[in-house]
Amino acid sequence: MSAAVAQPLAAGLPAHVRRPSTLTIWRWEMRKLISQKRTYLGLSINVAFPLIFVVAQLLRGHPGHDSGNIFFSYVTQSGLATPVLTLFFESAFLLPLAASLVAGDIVANEDSNGTLKTILTRSVDRGQVFTAKTLAAMTYTTLAVLISAATATIAGVAAWGFHDVITFSSSIVSAPKGLLLVFAANACYLIPLLAVVCIGVLLSTVTRNSAAAVVGTLAITLLLALVTVIPGLEGARPYLLTTEYNNWHGLLRTPTDWAPILHSLWVCALYALPCLAAAYLVFLRRDVAGG
Amino acid sequence: MAEQAPAPRPPAGQSAEGEHAPPVRAQGLVKRYDEVVAVDHVDLHVRTGDVYGFLGPNGAGKTTTLRMALGLITPTEGSVELFGRDPLRLGARALEGVAGFVEAPRFYPYLSARKNLELLAALDGGEARERIDEVLEIVELLPRARHRVGGYSHGMRQRLGIAAALLRRPRLLILDEPATGLDPAGMRDMRLLIRRLASEGITVLLSSHQLPEVQELCDRVAIVDSGRVVYEGALADLRRQGGAGYRLRTTDDSLALRLLREAPGIEHASTGEHGLAFQAEEREVGALSLSLAQAGVGILALTPELATLEDLFFRLTEGHAATRSAEDRSASDAEQRKDGQQAPALTGNAAESR
Repeated sequence: MSAAVAQPLAAGLPAHVRRPSTLTIWRWEMRKLISQKRTYLGLSINVAFPLIFVVAQLLRGHPGHDSGNIFFSYVTQSGLATPVLTLFFESAFLLPLAASLVAGDIVANEDSNGTLKTILTRSVDRGQVFTAKTLAAMTYTTLAVLISAATATIAGVAAWGFHDVITFSSSIVSAPKGLLLVFAANACYLIPLLAVVCIGVLLSTVTRNSAAAVVGTLAITLLLALVTVIPGLEGARPYLLTTEYNNWHGLLRTPTDWAPILHSLWVCALYALPCLAAAYLVFLRRDVAGG
Repeated sequence: MAEQAPAPRPPAGQSAEGEHAPPVRAQGLVKRYDEVVAVDHVDLHVRTGDVYGFLGPNGAGKTTTLRMALGLITPTEGSVELFGRDPLRLGARALEGVAGFVEAPRFYPYLSARKNLELLAALDGGEARERIDEVLEIVELLPRARHRVGGYSHGMRQRLGIAAALLRRPRLLILDEPATGLDPAGMRDMRLLIRRLASEGITVLLSSHQLPEVQELCDRVAIVDSGRVVYEGALADLRRQGGAGYRLRTTDDSLALRLLREAPGIEHASTGEHGLAFQAEEREVGALSLSLAQAGVGILALTPELATLEDLFFRLTEGHAATRSAEDRSASDAEQRKDGQQAPALTGNAAESR
């Protein structure tokens, strides 16, 4: 080490050090996410799926499907049917997987790496760090949904054109309105998905183990999905997070049915807010003893 | 008579001494994990300008104490203040002017050294960003600044830890085993750097296993063992308490030994491979040299030997361990005696029943 540098290393410290905003910490959380390979795993799965879907339909070469989903029979008539169908498939598992991969890792990774003590001994408060991390996980999840939707839209339009599209009510809407509805549907789907992020952040904070938090978050969502098919528990169905994965269907009806969206807002809040509050309190009070 | 205005109350979590408060003041610090007491009523007083050595065997509670000082873990009892500010109550505000690391410094392995420091500078408000090259140069990592930290050796990470601490222009530097993993040249450079920081007015709290390093650098020390402070104070006082020893070589060692044993104030006189050894106050040594001369014994060499920190460290920690095991034994004996009072009755009953 060079001890011969002339500049003073110490003191001269201002009475109050300028502290960073939560936005600055969030920006660095995003940079950390961008620099990690695992970030791209969930994202690439959700980008690959629409492409595989479009290629498979092109190879299949004829329209029509007997699944009962009206958009299947319309898939080769408008490229805008593709993002609706891919959201339909991805919403149950692939997008929650992407959300879990990042949310479950966001605090636990710092724990296992020992870097939590590095950042908590700088000029930032624990509350700021927690807020920035939660916002970063939510931002990533939002981007994953939007990128997946954009990929599906571009691939669908490239394959079958930018034409008017059908709705669940069998009415036809213009292509520009259809495009707006596609992205609005994805935005609505974000409501339950961000609640999944909150569960992931809680498990990440409490377990201090990335694998346990990621698997735990997915396991909870799968359990909730399974509860919906258990006979005798039909009464619980409207209050399950996984039921809210379909809240966006109301947007693609004529007239627009807002009830499922409003319902999902408070049901998802029932999952998200206690998880966030518990995670925040644990993060604020916990001992940082590892690393 | 005009009433004197009451002194303004300090903000919550901050002591009334303000900027004159000592860099570190821990009082009755306890950390308990279930039944295990990791830190047991530790008091520390690090004064401005100290290079303060924090010594103890592995598992003595040094790192736990430092973590409590930095607000990373909550004490079970007691309090700790940095410049009069409580890190638990004030969070990041209590760490203004404080930098360092506990255990090994950790960084994001997938980011370069420069990106890691840019991140930390941003978390310090961004002003330190322009000093990144300077601190990297000090720790001689500038040529490797663009490399990912994941590929760094342990020693390089230690140096990066120092660089990260210096970014904050600290008034108090807390270093937990900074020389661990460094090669001899790196250790020498680390000592030079710490000496330089101290000369610039930075107070250094240095936890170390390297006793010669502490002996060379520190003016005050705390020695902990099993979570308890067994000594806190000036290193010079500790060494004086350890007793001043002398080595003596004469023209007639057997006569000299007899005189040593008869002389007042001379203790533990013995003969060894390299002549005679004894302990005494300085004034007694003067009188001794005169009496040796009067007896016709020529002095070939008379050299003072202060106890080394290593001697004292082991004397304190092993002595403490011995006391503790004696206490444990007597407690265990007492338990056995308590059980034993019942045992004969049981035996008696058993005998009766037989």
